[in-house]
Amino acid sequence: MSYVASVNVMLKEGIADPQGLTIQRALPALGFDGVGDVRVGKRIVLKVEAANPDDARERVEKMCQRLLSNPVIESFEVVVE
Amino acid sequence: MSARIGIVVFPGSNCEQDVLRATSALGAEPSYVWHADVELPDVDIVVLPGGFAHGDYLRTGAIARFSPIMDAVARHAELGGLVIGICNGFQVLCEAGLLPGALRKNAGLKFLCKWVDVSVENANTPFTSRAQAGQVLHIPINHFEGNYYCEAHELAAMKAKGQVVLRYTDDPNGSIDAIAGIANEDFTIFGLMPHPERACESLLGSEDGALIFSSMLDHVAKSVPV
Repeated sequence: MSYVASVNVMLKEGIADPQGLTIQRALPALGFDGVGDVRVGKRIVLKVEAANPDDARERVEKMCQRLLSNPVIESFEVVVE
Repeated sequence: MSARIGIVVFPGSNCEQDVLRATSALGAEPSYVWHADVELPDVDIVVLPGGFAHGDYLRTGAIARFSPIMDAVARHAELGGLVIGICNGFQVLCEAGLLPGALRKNAGLKFLCKWVDVSVENANTPFTSRAQAGQVLHIPINHFEGNYYCEAHELAAMKAKGQVVLRYTDDPNGSIDAIAGIANEDFTIFGLMPHPERACESLLGSEDGALIFSSMLDHVAKSVPV
């Protein structure tokens, strides 16, 4: 079976996110008040061959640990469709 | 016998010629090593130069760590050989797990290309023996991702062992503890964001970078029986 997996990679909580901070500072200039805790991450979408959804998730999580994220500073979340 | 230096060239490296020129001027015998080779030639020192290895796609150094030569680079250090990673080379060493921590985007999101001062926190290493403890070196930086991070317990462990080798006197990029360069526990691997190869001739504004390469050459001369 072929499954589509999306991976969200975010900087870990507590690690300063200069991109998020810059966006947060820019929004009030456009009149968007009341915005806080802006965090920027990346989304990676891939198609994987696997026996079942659990197997697909396990494969993608291994990819995240080895390549798609840097576990020192980033966390990841895998969604399999 | 002069020290043999292998400069690893990745697709996207762009400081290899500067390292070649700087180290040959100091009397070493540098040569290039292609990243796709699986074995290093017979060298005493390995340099991972600056640049944008593999386009820095995904994350800086993330793809380069899987280049075939990297296993041989790790083995070289395990056997006591010296490895220095400069700028992108430092990022590659962190991604490869050969040095602790990671390099994030600069605080303030500015690409920084300027001269900075770094103080030598530990002069008792193969990379800084020519300098005095506390000596301030004038060396340029040129990076977008130089904002060093590691966890508090890792930082404490590194400080206790003297692995924090260089610190900025005026932190330009948000690095934890103003760290500019660190070594591994065995002091065989050194990573730094400043570019010592660009500060080896007075014409360029500073010769302080030569202290780092000369220290390494001294170490090789001492370890190899004549």
